[in-house]
Amino acid sequence: MESILQPWPWYVAGPLIATVMLLLMYFGKTFGMSSNLRTLCTIGGAGKFSDFFNFDWKAQRWNLVVVLGAVIGGFIATQFLSDGSTMALSSDTIADLSALGFNNAGETLLPPEIYSWENVLTLKGLSILIIGGFLVGFGTRYAGGCSSGHAITGLSNLQLPSLIAVIGFFIGGLIMTHFILPLIF
Amino acid sequence: MKFLKFLFVGIFFGIVLVKSEAVSWYRIFEMFKFQSFHMYGIIGTAVFLGVLFVAALKRFKVKSIEGEELKFIPKDKSISRYLLGGTIFGLGWALAGACPGPMYVLVGTGVFSMFIVIAAALLGTFVYGLLRNKLPH
Repeated sequence: MESILQPWPWYVAGPLIATVMLLLMYFGKTFGMSSNLRTLCTIGGAGKFSDFFNFDWKAQRWNLVVVLGAVIGGFIATQFLSDGSTMALSSDTIADLSALGFNNAGETLLPPEIYSWENVLTLKGLSILIIGGFLVGFGTRYAGGCSSGHAITGLSNLQLPSLIAVIGFFIGGLIMTHFILPLIF
Repeated sequence: MKFLKFLFVGIFFGIVLVKSEAVSWYRIFEMFKFQSFHMYGIIGTAVFLGVLFVAALKRFKVKSIEGEELKFIPKDKSISRYLLGGTIFGLGWALAGACPGPMYVLVGTGVFSMFIVIAAALLGTFVYGLLRNKLPH
């Protein structure tokens, strides 16, 4: 039980994520979380504005159930399966974050410097969340998948387009982390 | 009842992502700084095993739980949409620290400001739908 409450190492998590993909394939579906954003747009009536959203969203209900499960899983993991230990981030990361003004890195899953309401309710804080979310939603649909659909499912099926997309993920991530975040913070 | 198995897969997925810290903004930052093997280990082992799983499913012509043939749909051939879309996604991933799975998981962990990110991601997807015909694919 103790090892469940502690953070899980990568060699446990990786195979378990592959298992999620395997289960969804065995259930006749595919592992891709970003499709839910399109489904939710369709449910919200986006089909009136673009044919892209005119599809049978009911065939995607199973994926929304996965989303509901993911929320519950997040709740269970933090409420019942965590010992509250600080993340074992690399000391270089902690030092780099400290230089940017991020303190106590790793004590919570997300930095309060970005996600606490105190910071969210400023123009800068709100802009970060809105721009970040917008780029994720726009980019993932443009690229036709995200970390699950391309990096896990696509690469597992040896899809060259997914490799190109993952290279793109890294180009964007590296630009943001190395050049833009230091300008913002 | 047929949806119950998907609920359990989702719960399992959410627990794994929290316990492995893959939902953490800090871990994404650390990954893009190449300062830890953690995220590379997770993605690397997932893909390594995933390749074996998919090959085995194809090799042994495994049928789905409902007895149908499994579909492995190849992605459309293109470079621009994957490179451009991927780069835009990467910028957002490293800024918000959450991609389209973790953003829901994080709501479950009690971070309700994540609803703003989800709403913005829906807007981003909607705007893509409006502009799709004008973008290079």
